[in-house]
This record gives sequence, structure tokens and C-alpha cells, in this order.
Amino acid sequence: MRRGYDDVVITCPVTVPYVRYSIRGGHWFLARALAELVKASGVAKASMDGLCVSSFTLTPDTAIGFTQHVGVSPRWLDYVPLGGASGVVCLRRASRAVQAGDADIVACIAGDTSHTDSFRLTLANFSMFARDAVYPYGAGGPNASFAFLTSYYMRTYGAERADFGKMCVAQRDNALKYSEALFKKPLTLAEYLDARPIAEPLRLFDCVMPCAGGEGFLVMRKARALDLGLPYVHILGTIERHNGFPADPIQMRGGWAVDRDDLYAQAGVSPSDIDFFQTYDDYPVISLMQIEDLGFCAKGEGPAFVRANTLTFDGSFPVNTSGGQLSVGQAGAAGGYLGMVEAVRQLTGQAEARAVKDAKVGLVSGFGMINFDRGLASGAAILGAA
Amino acid sequence: MTRELSRPKRKNPILRTRLATLPPGARSRVALGLTAAAARGAFELQVCRDCQAVQYPPREACQACLSSRLPWRVQAGDGELIADTTLAHSNDLFFRERVPWRLGYVRLDCGPTVVVHMHGDVPPAPARVKVGARLDKSGQAVLIAFPSQEVPNMADDRQLREFTCDPKFRKVLVTDGKTGIGQAIVKAIIAAGADLVWVGHAEPWKKFPGFDELKAIPQVSLMPLDLTDSKSVREIAAEIGGRVDVLINTAEVHRNFGIGNRRGVEIAQAEMDVNYFGLLRLAQEFGPALRGRAADGQSNAVAWVNILSVYALANFPPHGTFSASKAAAHSLAQCLRAEMRPAGIRVINVFPGPIDHEWNQQIPPPKVTPQALATAIVRALKDGVEDVYPGDVAQEWLERWRDNPKALERELSNP
Repeated sequence: MRRGYDDVVITCPVTVPYVRYSIRGGHWFLARALAELVKASGVAKASMDGLCVSSFTLTPDTAIGFTQHVGVSPRWLDYVPLGGASGVVCLRRASRAVQAGDADIVACIAGDTSHTDSFRLTLANFSMFARDAVYPYGAGGPNASFAFLTSYYMRTYGAERADFGKMCVAQRDNALKYSEALFKKPLTLAEYLDARPIAEPLRLFDCVMPCAGGEGFLVMRKARALDLGLPYVHILGTIERHNGFPADPIQMRGGWAVDRDDLYAQAGVSPSDIDFFQTYDDYPVISLMQIEDLGFCAKGEGPAFVRANTLTFDGSFPVNTSGGQLSVGQAGAAGGYLGMVEAVRQLTGQAEARAVKDAKVGLVSGFGMINFDRGLASGAAILGAA
Repeated sequence: MTRELSRPKRKNPILRTRLATLPPGARSRVALGLTAAAARGAFELQVCRDCQAVQYPPREACQACLSSRLPWRVQAGDGELIADTTLAHSNDLFFRERVPWRLGYVRLDCGPTVVVHMHGDVPPAPARVKVGARLDKSGQAVLIAFPSQEVPNMADDRQLREFTCDPKFRKVLVTDGKTGIGQAIVKAIIAAGADLVWVGHAEPWKKFPGFDELKAIPQVSLMPLDLTDSKSVREIAAEIGGRVDVLINTAEVHRNFGIGNRRGVEIAQAEMDVNYFGLLRLAQEFGPALRGRAADGQSNAVAWVNILSVYALANFPPHGTFSASKAAAHSLAQCLRAEMRPAGIRVINVFPGPIDHEWNQQIPPPKVTPQALATAIVRALKDGVEDVYPGDVAQEWLERWRDNPKALERELSNP
């Protein structure tokens, strides 16, 4: 049995407001996230002795260059360039550092800028395999890769576009109650179904919109959070897995399926105890895969599960209660933090009009780095209210 | 089913000629192995020498056993299309101008799953397909899924035509029609559907054998063109440069002997003047014209063909100065290829073995007939291949040269 996280807690969920395009650099959004953490916690940056950074647009810098940029001298530093899995993985790294005494307060931040041409440039040079074996094929980026997965999933398991549409519409309803979401207008199922094609079967509202923004949280001991008067949540269990199931000819499952029993055992809960689920939703088919792989239904039963549940924050199975990336926007690596930050808000009574009633246990999962034909990084964390 | 290509309408001369865009051409060095094979028409993947696992995408270590011994091996390309999509949106200009663009995801029978461009006649997934490698307009290899069986008008597929240089409905300049090679190429290119063939002849005041037959072909237009004369090349380029879609340089001077069996440098100079400087003159005058028309609709400028010699790879001492002139031309053709690449114009280098003509009288068979050479050139244009080695001798020399260039040098110097 893996060791638990004792009294290590997460606190201070912060968000740097999202914008479609920005003239600022990646450093600006990360610096704002750090400043927001200082403001929210009352802890001076000099007293944050651990720093964990995720970003795509910090280049040519990594976390180390950023320390000098913002004038901090941490005794523990990590750089986690794992995209959509960054939130879960940063939490895992930071919490063990605090537990071991290598750091007392770790600032975990993720942020990216977005210029009019930065998404194309990121795609063109995303990875060796992407540059050699995907980008020259239409340069569709992840849209094309997920179009393959979505069409294969639909053909194999009988999913309809309306199933994915129901997920997207529910998330938009959630986003209307989250002030930082970039999408402010309601979305109807008809609008979803009739949207312009992007890469069939994917249409406009299946695809996240790249944008700029930042997210952050602090990891510290419970006693410190109490001293500071900060609401916190417990870390009940976590997993990560990279390049899970490499022999599968097409990605119909992620690394979660390898480790989910371990996750629930460490947390001491079962799927029925989960009050809400923050999935990594770059495309709805990926959310569906996480619902299956993390044990809420069997493989292929995702469509029936979606039809049988309501997915809004006040529904029978709340998913992505702030709107998810599909309705908030995908701020680069911050997209991997969005669900973690929202989960902490939900469990500390900071979710305002979109609060899940009596939420005690939340599940956050991460997924990232479409290296060639599939997402390689996966992770999940179960958090518990204090 | 692919619709048969129809003759393009006459171009409106007032409309702007679009500039060429290229698909993404950046590749890691190891991925250039795919390009190297596709350049000569082969589909190869890395195969682990230690555990036989077939690899894709190209990599530096075997994903099964970590071996670094990953030689490129020919693959059959049979596989199952397991998913497909049609892009309606692209982040890249080249594809943005060409959407809708169909892509597939294929599980090869040899193991790996690959992302591919799709021929239009491949049915929706699931379906059996045949995957092949082709050079795209950036000059890099990409994979394409074809229907598992031959279908009508296969070459006319809209997406496939972005990777090929089919002469159908195109206008071609053959720089020298006096030789058997030139005449065979003119006939083959017309048989392949070329609309118009300008045929150069250096001495317009003289009739050559086959002149009347050439003149009688309705698509042929004979032009005075002397590659040793800069003014002649400039004048012809000014007249037709803006209309040539495919240029095939057939002009060459070929004389026997090496260094010691002849006095003076005049013969060697004559060889260089046509074989090397002739190409240079052509490239300076016609290169910019072709580049400017690389995106000019269905019948855009697409290709430049150089007839070199397998002697360009390693000197054949009995034809020593000729070999040297072809080696020089080969080197210049590499420069031309680099300069034509930004427009997506393909430079095809043809390296025939000894051709069955007067100056190879003393070379034993097998020798390449002009007709076989012409067929190989048309096939290279249709397949979009970049380097062609027609004939058994060329194939054998190529294999020896790839295996060990120094050994080939010794073999050629001991006749």
C-alpha cells in the first residue's frame, strides 16, 4: 500500500483572467499567478520556499529562468511540462516535497500566453513525432488526432454526436455561472449539432479554444493553512501513468485504467462516493474515456451513462462545474490546472452560484501531450473537503 | 470514384497568379530515412536488427528492445484503415488552401499505426488499404493510403495530384529533339497526355533523322535552342518560359576516352559546355519562370527533369571526361533542387546506365533503349519520384555504390 499524504493540504485556488489573445509573454501570466497566490494567502513570495511551474510559452526559459525573473529563491523547484496532466502531477510532486520536509509552502502555477500565431507555432514544433509524422498531414493539430478517436469510438460503441453534445451543453450551462469563462452565451444542442465542421465528426463546439490565462494553488501542511486562516482540502489519493497501453492500435483507454484500483484504495473511497468529476476535456470523447476508465461505467457504456445522467453542477453527475476548457477556454498548460483549481473551490465553499450541493469528495483527472497519435500523460487525484 | 481529369480552361491573363505555399517540411534527421527511400520510389520503415520490431514514427532506439540498430527496410504497406476524417480547417496555409482534406489512420499489417493522406477512392473505415510513401511539395516524404485494388483514373485524384507531376494536360519543353532519347521522350510524354511539347534543336538550318516525323505530331512545336549559347537560351525562355510546366533537359554531349587517350581539352570543354554549363544556362533562364508558376491552377509548373548518368556517381574511366561532366551536372542539379524547393517544383534526376546509342558501341549489354528511358521518366513524373536509375546496369551500380563507394571506384578502374 502506498503511503498517504497525511496532513498535506491544498489551498488558495487562483485564476489569472483568461483572454483570447494577449500581447504579454508566458512569464507575465505565470508572474500574475504567483502574485495572486501572494495576495490570496498573505504569504510573501520569499516565504514560498517551493515552486512548481508548467507552461508552453515560457521558452526559451524553464522554471529556473523564471526564479530570477520574479526574484524568488526557492529551496525546491520543479518544472512539469506535461500539459493537461500538469495539475495532478504538480500536486503529486509538491505534496511529497512538503510531506518530506523539502519545502514548507510550494507555489504551483501554470500559465500561458496566446498570440494570433502562437498556437500554430506550438503545434508545428510540439514534439519530434508530431513534427515528423502528424503535422505534415494537414496540420490539423489535435483536431485531426481526436477526430480519429471520436469516429472510432462512435463506430465501436454506438455513441451519437448528441451524446457529446449533451456534455458540451451541460458544461456551457456551468460556465454561465463562472465569471472567468470566455464563453458567455448559452449553447443549445441544435447549435452544437449544426456547428461548422472542423474535422469530421468533430465540429466547432467539440474543440477547445486556445487562449491566454493562468491558474495556481498552494501546497502546505494543514497546521500552516490553519495558522494563515486559509480554507483547504485534503489529498486522499493520486495516480499518474505515462504512455499507458502502448500496444493498443488506437487510444480507446488511458493510463487511468491501469491504476484506478490503486487510486480508490489509497483514497479509501469508491466511485459512488465521488460528488463531482473535473475531467480533462480538450474534446468530449476524452471526458467520456475518463468516465469509463475511472470506473463510473464499463468501457463502451459511456454513451448510456451520459444519457442516464444530468451533467450540470446541480445534476446527478456533475462534470466540469466551471465549464471546463470547452467553455472556459484552453489557456495552454493552465488547462491542466483548471479542474484542480475548480475542485478546490468546490470543496472550500468558493464555487458561488455553481456550487455542488454538499460536495465532500471530488475527482480531478488530467490528460496531456498528444505526442503522435494519442495523449501520453494521464493522472488523477481524489480530494476531500476539510 | 475519381472523376477523369478534364482539360483546364484557358487562363484569364488578368487574374493574379497565386504564389506557391508548401506543406510543413521540418523533419528530424532520423525521419529523413523515409524521405531517402521515397525519393527513389520505395516505402521503407525502420526494422530492429535485433528483435525485428517495425518502428514508426522514425526513432533513435527500438521501442521494444532499445537497440540502436534500426536499418530501413522495404515494406509492403498493406493495412487496415481503422479511422478517417476530413479536415475542414487547418492551421497551415498550404492545407488551408486545399481543404476539405481527407486523412486516415491505418494499422499496418507489419505492426505500427500510421497517419496518412488519403486517395479519394479509399472507402470509409474500416477498409483494407495499401500505404505508400510519396514526396510532398516540401520535398519530404509522407505516407498515402491507396485503395487496395487499382481503380479507374487513379492518378487523377485531387489529393494525389499534390504529390505527383503527371504530364497530363501539361506543357513540356524537351530541350533537344535531335537524339533518339529526345524523340522517344517526346512521344512518351505525348502518349501520357501532354498538351503541347516544345522541342529544341540546336541547328535549325539542318534536318536530323526523325525531323519530319516529329514535325508531323500535332502537339509538337519545334524551337531553335542551343544550350551552348546564352542568348539562344534567354530568347527561348523569354518566349515560352512563362508557359512551361515540365522541363526535360535531354541535351548532352557524350564522347569516349578518359585523360590519356586524347590530346587537348576541346572535347572535354564541349561536354562541359552542354552537360554542365548548358544546365546552368537553362536553370538561370527557366528556373525563375517555373518558380513563379508553381501554384498556377491545375496545370501549374511542377517539374524539372535532368538526364544525368549513373557515371555521375562514380567515374567510369573509359568515358572519363563524360563522367566528370555528368558529376558536375549532378552537383549543380542538387543546387537547382534546393533553389526550386521553396516553390515546390520537383527536380528529378535520372541516372541511366549505358544507353543503346553510337557512343556506347563498345559497352556490352544490357543497355537502356531510348524508349525504356522515356518510359522511366514518365513513370517518375507520375509517381513523383526524385531520383531514377533506369536499366539493370544503373540498378547494379547504385547497389554497389550504396554498399561501398570506394569498392565501386576500384571495380570501375579495373575493366
